[in-house]
Amino acid sequence: MAMKGAIVVDIEKCKGCGVCVANCPTETLALHKEVNGKGYNYSYMANPDTCTGCTNCAVVCPDTVITVYRVRV
Amino acid sequence: MIMDIKDIIKPENLVYQKTSVLTDNAMHYCPGCSHGTVHKLIAEIIDEMGIQDKVIGVSPVGCAVLAYNYLEIDWQQAAHGRAPALATATKRLYPNKYVFTYQGDGDLASIGTAEIIHACSRGENITVIFINNGIYGMTGGQMAPTTLPGMKTSTSPYGRDTSTMGFPLKIADMIAMLPGVCYVTRQSVQTPVAARKAKRAIAKAFRGQEQCKGLSFIEIVSTCNSGWKMTPVDANKWMEEHMFPEYPLGDIKDYLQ
Ligand SMILES: Cc1ncc(C[n+]2csc(CCOP(=O)(O)OP(=O)(O)O)c2C)c(N)n1
Ligand code: SF4
Ligand code: SF4
Repeated sequence: MAMKGAIVVDIEKCKGCGVCVANCPTETLALHKEVNGKGYNYSYMANPDTCTGCTNCAVVCPDTVITVYRVRV
Repeated sequence: MIMDIKDIIKPENLVYQKTSVLTDNAMHYCPGCSHGTVHKLIAEIIDEMGIQDKVIGVSPVGCAVLAYNYLEIDWQQAAHGRAPALATATKRLYPNKYVFTYQGDGDLASIGTAEIIHACSRGENITVIFINNGIYGMTGGQMAPTTLPGMKTSTSPYGRDTSTMGFPLKIADMIAMLPGVCYVTRQSVQTPVAARKAKRAIAKAFRGQEQCKGLSFIEIVSTCNSGWKMTPVDANKWMEEHMFPEYPLGDIKDYLQ
């Protein structure tokens, strides 16, 4: 059964470190070209269709700013 | 069929969120620093074990000095390197609490060498979480006893020359030989697999305090990307290529059930 996921990034708390992007197995994430209030290029779902909700990004995020949702499809 | 994101982001589909043991304070750590990831793992274990009111942490001097701002538990803050001494007193006064220190390599392997060795020698029933990023992060990336041979730091700008600056001090291997120590493991947190393994190790050490078998020691091979002058992602790769051969991951000693 396939899984479909989505993440929510707390944009103002993201530090744009890119660790989530490097650890996303489905290449869903990227750093946005816009910056947040602190000047960081925050993480976002550049390819939302590929997210499986595996939670890998959230587990490695040093600032714990990612929330993950998942459904069976 | 491609689902609308709005139909996925609903409370009933939640699979990961920040534990409430972590406060809402924004961490002061540099982007990508291992400290934040390790804080999160400790907070999740405390949450899952239901011991938020039974755990006492001792924060170090170093970047993690302010750890008490990030985990909603009881804390003390020790003088540089003295966390194991403070944890000793705390655990002896409160034997039913889970007591841990959280220390960097400048704190634990340099100024605090005596305290950690003797806490291990006495077999204190505490957990030590040792963040080894190979340098003094907070003060500007100076060489630490743990710095790799040839590694450039602000005080070894041409690289650590072992003929005059000595060799990396492998505290985990040293203390594993002491009978007062029941569990020694070396972990890392740069990937989801590594972080989940490190979390299991920390949980095992906390639970191990119930067995009263002595000191449990978890080294986390870490990065200080600012001090190393790399991006966070490059620092994680550099750690895998250069730190892991010198500090191999895995259990060194395990007397826990
Ligand atoms: C008695 C004393 N000596 C020296 C210092 C300066 N000092 C502050 S942090 C630090 C080293 C911290 O390095 P580490 O323990 O590796 O932690 P990191 O910052 O890398 O997490 C030093 C030497 C101090 N605060 N107190
Ligand atoms: S790991 Fe966390 S802080 Fe770093 S870019 Fe991703 S969401 Fe932002
Ligand atoms: S200086 Fe190094 S150890 Fe300190 S917060 Fe920054 S990356 Fe982490």
